[in-house]
This record gives sequence, structure tokens and C-alpha cells, in this order.
Amino acid sequence: MNKELTREERADALGGMGCKRKRVEDARFTQGKGNYVDDIKLPGMLQGDFVRSPYAHAKIVSIDASAALALDGVVAVLTAEDLAPLGLHWMPTLAGDKQMVLADGKVLFQGQEVAFVVAKDRYIAADAVELVEVEYEELPVLTDPFAAMESDVVLREDLLGEGGSLPDGAHGPRKHHNHIFTWEVGEKDATEQVLQEADVVAEEMVYYHRTHPCPLETCGCVASMDKVNGKLTLHGTFQAPHAIRTVVSLISGIEEHNIRVISPDIGGGFGNKVGAYPGYVCSVVASIVTGVPVKWVEDRMENLMTTAFARDYWMKGKISATKEGKITGLWCHTTADHGGFDACADPTKFPAGFMNICTGSYDIPTAYLAVDGVYTNKAPGGVSYRCSFRVTEAAYFIERMIEILAIELNMDAAELRRINFIKKEQFPYQSALGWEYDSGDYHTAWDKALKAVDYDGLRAEQAQRVEDYKAGKTRKLMGIGLTHFTEIVGAGPVKNCDILGLGMFDSCEIRIHPTGSAIARLGTISQGQGHATTFAQILATEIGLPADSITIEEGDTDTAPYGLGTYGSRSTPVAGAATAMAGRKIRAKAQMIAAYLLEVHDDDVEFDVDRFVVKGAPEKFKTMKEIAFAAYNQAIPGIEPGLEAVSYYDPPNMTYPFGAYVCVMDIDVDTGVTEIRRFYALDDCGTRINPMIIEGQVHGGLTEALAVALGQEIAYDDMGNVKTGTLMDFFLPTAWEVPNYETDHTVTPSPHHPIGAKGVGESPHVGGVPCFSNAVNDAFRAFGLRHTHMPHDHWRIWKTANGLGLHG
Amino acid sequence: MIPAAFEYYRPKDMAGVLSVLQEHGDDARVLAGGHSLIPMMKLRMAEVPHLIDLQDVEGLGGISVDGDTVRIGAMTTQHDIIDNAALAAAAPIMREASLQIADPQVRYMGTVGGNVANGDPGNDMPGLMQCLDATFTLVGPDGERTVEARDFYEAAYMTDREDDEILTAVSFKAPKGGYAYEKQKRKIGDYATAAAAVLITKTDGKCSAASIAMTNLSDTPIWSEAAAEALVGTSLDDAAIAAAVAAMLGDIDPTDDNRGPVEFKRHAASIILRRAIETAWSRA
Ligand SMILES: Cc1cc2nc3c(=O)[nH]c(=O)nc-3n(C[C@H](O)[C@H](O)[C@H](O)COP(=O)(O)OP(=O)(O)OC[C@H]3O[C@@H](n4cnc5c(N)ncnc54)[C@H](O)[C@@H]3O)c2cc1C
Repeated sequence: MNKELTREERADALGGMGCKRKRVEDARFTQGKGNYVDDIKLPGMLQGDFVRSPYAHAKIVSIDASAALALDGVVAVLTAEDLAPLGLHWMPTLAGDKQMVLADGKVLFQGQEVAFVVAKDRYIAADAVELVEVEYEELPVLTDPFAAMESDVVLREDLLGEGGSLPDGAHGPRKHHNHIFTWEVGEKDATEQVLQEADVVAEEMVYYHRTHPCPLETCGCVASMDKVNGKLTLHGTFQAPHAIRTVVSLISGIEEHNIRVISPDIGGGFGNKVGAYPGYVCSVVASIVTGVPVKWVEDRMENLMTTAFARDYWMKGKISATKEGKITGLWCHTTADHGGFDACADPTKFPAGFMNICTGSYDIPTAYLAVDGVYTNKAPGGVSYRCSFRVTEAAYFIERMIEILAIELNMDAAELRRINFIKKEQFPYQSALGWEYDSGDYHTAWDKALKAVDYDGLRAEQAQRVEDYKAGKTRKLMGIGLTHFTEIVGAGPVKNCDILGLGMFDSCEIRIHPTGSAIARLGTISQGQGHATTFAQILATEIGLPADSITIEEGDTDTAPYGLGTYGSRSTPVAGAATAMAGRKIRAKAQMIAAYLLEVHDDDVEFDVDRFVVKGAPEKFKTMKEIAFAAYNQAIPGIEPGLEAVSYYDPPNMTYPFGAYVCVMDIDVDTGVTEIRRFYALDDCGTRINPMIIEGQVHGGLTEALAVALGQEIAYDDMGNVKTGTLMDFFLPTAWEVPNYETDHTVTPSPHHPIGAKGVGESPHVGGVPCFSNAVNDAFRAFGLRHTHMPHDHWRIWKTANGLGLHG
Repeated sequence: MIPAAFEYYRPKDMAGVLSVLQEHGDDARVLAGGHSLIPMMKLRMAEVPHLIDLQDVEGLGGISVDGDTVRIGAMTTQHDIIDNAALAAAAPIMREASLQIADPQVRYMGTVGGNVANGDPGNDMPGLMQCLDATFTLVGPDGERTVEARDFYEAAYMTDREDDEILTAVSFKAPKGGYAYEKQKRKIGDYATAAAAVLITKTDGKCSAASIAMTNLSDTPIWSEAAAEALVGTSLDDAAIAAAVAAMLGDIDPTDDNRGPVEFKRHAASIILRRAIETAWSRA
């Protein structure tokens, strides 16, 4: 017989929570054995491709598809006219607006979908696109949201009422024909009064430029309508497969049980794959029309130009404080550029997402936020690029305002933060803009971070550098970027979080097999986060079976329980909680079975790692494996056979991960070239399920933060042409540009989450962007800079230095 | 990003290449590493109904260093250049520059011939060739001819090469003295914001000869004779370098793009040139 294992050895053997379990997904990904949408090839499958508008604003005079249709291999060319009888030439957006599927009389942004070509292969489809003749009549272009709010040019005639009146939009009254909504939170009058009476007020316009999530795999789908049994199967790059199923059902009229949505392996999402795009609708219609499967996969340029931008927030801020630096009030007015349609992916009651987390980590007694959404001639989107809804914008805003206030107060920015942090004993903390922060210990994290980097030493070095610069000994300045961010993730409680009426709970269903292995299915879908690894770890700890014996399956709506998908760092806070709760249901039944097998009362057994033991007699036990077998194969009076559970989890609150980051950067004043010398990231995501996966997430998120802060943007010229439509100009960092990251952590569990976990996938992005940007701004503080906008690419840094007179 | 249909040819010798070129004229183009041409075809900015792959054509590869004469066959890849010890010894600037082109994957494919024949102002080799005073060998229906790199570039994508000619080799005298290739770029895989190739010979503490060429700062590479002249005869004091930089600024004509506005590019060009001169001088 084997030597009896110790308790610790038994726990280690499970590979449960807290261990650095290797990612089970990687074997297939690293061997090229993944199964992505473009790998799906069905018999007879046709290929779709779009004719897109070269203009940002134009009337469509005519569309002539005859030459395209004459090309051998072309099956169909769909236009709005073909979709109109089905009511599918427009579709609802997640934000309560509607969006053209194919141009209905006009186009509103460059790259807008005008016609959908369906052909026998991808090459013929592309050739046919060139043959579709579209006559446009150019209209005046609005690319600036402020100008749009003053302009006579009407972008959305479809939203005008009788005689040009302005009926309310989805989020209330509209002020102008290019205005979408006003969203207000907090106390306007009280905040204005606080500002008026304050010792010190810092004021600044902080622009968070338009960018794009740019996952390595672009968006796409394969629609397959089986006309015999009436079933539609839709494979696609969907971050929320169930929501897509419901939306497809609602807009197509196909009953939901006849729709099967499958998200196969997804090559990164970052918010890009949350929304519904015209390509999906056109593929479905084309498959219904032709009776064969239709694939549509966008190329890189289409992805960058059309499917889901992020940010584009003009945030005007005022922050007030006492002479000693105690913050008294925060005021923010944001002008949000939403492009031609309001297709933001936010919970429906939050048209500016959770922008009202913009009081950040600070105890700010009085605050006010207003956001005005505006239509322009740019692509629709407004997705949460590696962040919970608009949380990156909020964190960037407050972390810039804090730095600017420090300048105004002539104070050290680290000290100013310390004075204003919400204290540990104030949690749960009610913020002035309406959130209840669950838990935090900001002072401990902050002190740990500053100590780790020798903050005082860095400041001394920086002061010396300024001296050396002034003495002509160097042309490089040194910036110290600080950030303490607080996120709000895990949407969310169904009472206030829904998307188009779909409550934002999530789910897990577990089946234990007789031999003691299991399958668990969730309503989420991994896009690289490693769910198959970490969710099995949660279960291993909860149900006492080895993680390696637990299969995690997601993404097939015919098998997975209903859930709202993966974005906004919600998988662990919501589906992770459902997983733990379902595991506990399994355990509860296992307890009864164990008690029966051990011939004691239910209350006389207790769970011990991988078994139930008789209290006080640990040598009498039944392992979970034995219990699983008995559950199926032994007739137990009063207990149904089988061992299964399902849990739908409606979270009582959001979770509030936080972190303290420090970046040390050298900047060449003459070329604008930046060099990141050091990046320290302390994350507190509550209970840590898999430290290795956390570290990977932090590295990835920081790298995307570096990209955004230092150069990544979707830029338009005045004619509405996209200037950054390829990866030559759209910055995706490589290993070369990425510094060595130092990661660290504290652990402050969420009090309301079953395992105390808060979510971490987006923290590094939310905290990283302001940290990189603060480093750039800080380098020039000694020379009188208050604020310079991102992205901090070479020429913009050069321009900042030039404006400060640093080029002689 | 889906190219239009094309015929693909893979001849074994130059005669085969020339015959396709002659038959199809403008409609035919040769393919070397494909890392400039294929992206253009995918964007449908270049339409090439007849594509002639040079891969199998005899005699287009190889690097030879014979005394002080260097000859590099057109199909030599940028990686081959980085990897060749004899070339690195004879003309270390070739290696220094090649290491700053694109990324390793591109360099395994991209060739010297493609880089210099392409005529894109962003390519690094043309300026380098002008700095080295290289000679290009071209073969066409009427046989072989040579042309100086400094006379080859007319405008963006416009060169002295006729449509039915193939560039077979570049050759130059191994440079003496100090060298430097400085390049500012936004990221790995990017073309230059500004780049400078500098060669300097030092005799008795003074600059006895110099050559300077700039990349991506006009619609052709810029060999700045005036900038080099400003250095000759001096001991490269501040005034001499400032004069060289000023002369270079008189020769370039950058345009606005995503890399920045004209004034920034002019500033970057002057900094990059200054650094290249200082490095070359320190190695002279
Ligand atoms: C991401 C990326 C980054 C890059 N960055 C840089 C960079 O920083 N610096 C740089 O210099 N280059 C850069 N390049 C371009 C790269 O170096 C190319 O490989 C090079 O410009 C062309 O060489 P090729 O062999 O690939 O030519 P091809 O693409 O095959 O051909 C280019 C053109 O030259 C013609 N041609 C090719 N060979 C001959 C010949 N022997 N005779 C006549 N005509 C010929 C072709 O017909 C075609 O018109 C980059 C490319 C990529 C994809």
C-alpha cells in the first residue's frame, strides 16, 4: 500500500487555488493546433466580403452590382435594399441606438459597409468587391465632436422627428441633432460651490485619444442555416455567445432554440469582440438566402477601421483641495466622440459605462460628472479595450488630475495621494459618485511600492538629472510615473446591470463522472485568459478532485448554461463565483453520500481537502472519487443518483481591484525617444487563483498600456480618412519595445465574493496607461509642464519639449 | 488584403526572366524577397498580372570580397549580409545598417536587389549605396550596363531602371576609415523617421574625406555632397559639424506623415546626422 499522504501533499496533488498550474490550453496553441473561426471549413461554404465606403460622409446615389454578379463564382451581392424587406438593413446596437447593416442611402464613416459580396472563394469575393460600382455624393465631414455640436450638418436624419424636432434618445433628451445623450452623476451645485470656496483648484482638459483593441485574430463568423431542420449554427469570434444568440433571435425572428452559437478558440478579444457587427448579420442572411454556410472574416485594415474603436473621451476636469492638500471636490465634464452610431458596449443603464469610478482611490467628499455623447463621421464602437466599461478613461482622468493638483500645490505627487487615499477602515466605502467599494488597503500597497523602488532615491536622482541638464551635461530627462488605481469590475448585479435587458449574472454547470473526473461548463468564454486552467483550480479546491481531472468547456450555447460572456474582468468575479457555488452544491450532496457510506449522520462528517472524514476520526473517510462512484452506482435511500449541480450567480456588488505602479523613464529631449528603465507593478486582485496566470495577465496588460500611452491611436484627417489603418502606423509593441516588468502583490480579498477573488485581466491596462503617461509628464514638470496629451510618440514629445523652449 | 489574380513564373535563368518581361512589358514584374511587393499587391496598390520569381535564377546570389572590391548579388538577403564575416570586415557599415532594417523575419526574405530597386524612399539600402558610392549592374534585352547609385533615383518608385531590366548586383570599394549608420524609428519593423549613413576618413587628425547620405527625408535618398564637404579639412569641431548639418538640411525635403510634422523631421535629421558623424569620427 502507498504511504499515507499528508494533508499538504493531498492538497498539492489537487492543483487547486493558489498554485502555479501550467496552462492546459498552451499545448494546442503552441503547436498550431488551435481551432479558430478561420479554421472552420464547412462543405459548400461560401465567402463574404464587403464593399466599403471610401468617404466619411456621403450620400449613396446608386449601387450597380451587375459587373460583380457577372463574374464567375459570384453568388450574390446584398445591399440595404435586399435586407430591407427582412427588416435587417438596420440593427439595434448595445447602446440602444440602431446602426446600418448596409448603407441605407448614406454613409457615416470611412470603411462603412455598403454591400456584401458572396462568392465561391475568398479571392473571387475580393475581385468582385472591386467590380461593384457605387456612386457617392460627398457631404461635409465632421470629425471633431465640439464642432459637431455646433454644426448645421445633420449626421443622423433618421433620428429627427416631425419638422426636424429632436425626440428623446435611448438615454433621454438630446440637445442638438448631433448630440446623443447627457449622463449626469453626483451633485452639480454642491460641487461647484466647493470649487468656488476652495483654497486651490486645478483645472485641465485631458484628452484620451481614440485607439483600438486590435486582437491578433480579427473578427469573423461562419453562418450555417440548415433549411431542413430550421436550425442556424453561427460560429464566431464572440466574447458573449449567449447574448449573441438572443440578439440574433430577436432581430431575425428565428426561435432561440433553433440557434446555436459557438465561439471556438478566440485569438484575443480585449473588447473588440463584444459587439454585433454587420458582417454577422450579412453572413446569416446570406446563408439563409443561399442555403449553404457563409464565412466572413475581416482583414486587419477592416478590423482597425471599422469594428470597435476604444476611448475618444475629452475630459475637462477641476479638482479642489485645501492648502494642505486634502481634496475637497472633483468636477468632470466629458465630451465623448461615439462616431456615426452609438454602438458602445456598456450596461444599458450606463451610457458612459462606469466613468463615475473617476474619484479613483481617493476619499473625495463631493463630486459631479457629466458626459455628453456626440455623433461624428468616425467608426462606431466605444468598447472597453482591456478594461471594464470606461474604467480606463476614469483612471487616466483622476491620475492625471492628481498629478496636476500636485503641481498646483507644489507638492510631491506620492504624498498627495497618501493624504487622500480612502483608509482601510472606511471600507465598504460609499463614493460620492454612487459606488460602494468592497475592500481595499491602499496605504499598505502604496508604501510597499514606494519602498520597493526606493522612491526617495529616485527623486534625488531626478533632481540631480535636472541639474545636469541645466548644466549642459545631458540631453536626457528622467520621469517618474506614479499611479494608484482602483477599478470597478465584475458587472454585475442584475438590479442595475443589464445589456439590452439581459441581466449580467453568470453561470456554471458541473457534472461529476462516476470515476471521479468532471466536466464544468460556463457562460463565459476564454480569449486567452486561461479559463480552462483557472476554473478547474477553483473547482479542485471546492470539490476535492484534481484540476487535471476536470474539463472546462465554454462557448457552445447548446451545451453551456446561459451567461453574459467574458469582458470587463467579469469572468472570475461572476462566473468564478458561480463555479465555486456550484462546487459547493456538489459538496453538499457528496456530504450526504459520504455520511451514508460511513454510516454516520450528515453532520458527523466534514470536508477535508479531497475527502469527507468522520469528525474526530480522520482514519474513517471516503474520498471524493469514491463518493462519485457511489453517487452513480449505489442505491442510496432518499438520494437521487448522479452528482451534478448548476449555479447562476447574481453578484451582490462589483469588485474593486486596485494597484500601485511606478514607472521610471528616460526621455531624449531632442528626438523624443523614450526608454523605460524600470516598471514596478503591485496588483491587489484579492484571492490569487493562479499566480503564474496573474503574472502573464499583468505583463500583457502593461504591454497594451505601453502601446496606448506611447503611440497607439486611430487617427483621422479632416476628411475623415483613417491615417493609421495598418500595423505599420498602428503601434503594436514587440518584445523589443517592452521593458522588463517587476510584479508584486498584496492580498485584500473581496468580502462578498465566495472565494474573495476580484479579477485581474484588465488592472494592468487600467493602471498602466496613466503610469506611463505620468512618467512622460513628470519628466517635464521641472520645466513648467502641467499636462501633455497622449499618445506620447516621438514627435509629440519633441513638440512638448520644443514648446517648453528646451531646444534652445 | 487579398491580391488580384496573377500568373506565376519561376524561370531558371536570366533569359527566361527577360523573355517574360519582354512579352508582358508593364504587366510583368520580378519578385525577389516579396516583402515590399507582396504587401503592395495585397493592398491592390500594385497590380501585377505576371509575377516572375527570381528565386531559382542562377548567378544572382553571393557576396564576394576581392581585395578592396565588394560585390553583392541582387538576391542576397539582408540576413546574409549580417551573417557574412568577410563583408562585415570589409564594410562594417553594411552590417550595422542591415541590423536596423525591419525585423529578423523580414530580413530572412528581403534582398539587397529588391531593396535598392524598389525605389521606396523609406528603404535604407539606397542611401547606404549612395554613401558607399556603389555601382548597380543591370541586365536587359540589350545586355549589361552599370549605373551609379548616386544617379539611379529619380523620384519615389521612379528609378533609372527600365521595366525590362533586372538589377543583378551592387558593387563598391570597401570603405576606409570610420563609419556609422544611425536611424530613428518608432518601433521595430518601422521605416526611418530619419536615418544617416556616414563615412569619414581621418588623416593626421583631420578629416580627409567624407560621404553622407540621408534616408526617408525626401522622395529619394539624399547624398549630401555639401554636408560632406563641410567636414573635409576640419578636425570635426562643433562648428564643422554644425556646418555639415546645416548643409544637409539644405538638401532634404521631408513631408508630414504619421512619423511627425516637417519641423520635427528636420530636427530629428539634424540630431541623427550629428550622432552619426560623431560615431563615425570616433571610429575613424
Ligand atoms: C514590416 C516590414 C518592415 C520593413 N522595414 C524596412 C526598413 O526598415 N528598411 C528597409 O530598407 N526596408 C524595410 N522593409 C522592406 C524590406 O527590406 C524589403 O524586403 C525590401 O524593401 C525589398 O526587398 P525584397 O527582396 O523583399 O523585394 P520585393 O518585394 O520582392 O521587390 C520589391 C520591388 O523591387 C523589384 N525588384 C526586386 N528585385 C529586383 C531586381 N533584382 N531587379 C529589378 N527589380 C527588382 C520588384 O519587382 C518590386 O517592384 C520592410 C518590410 C516589411 C514587411
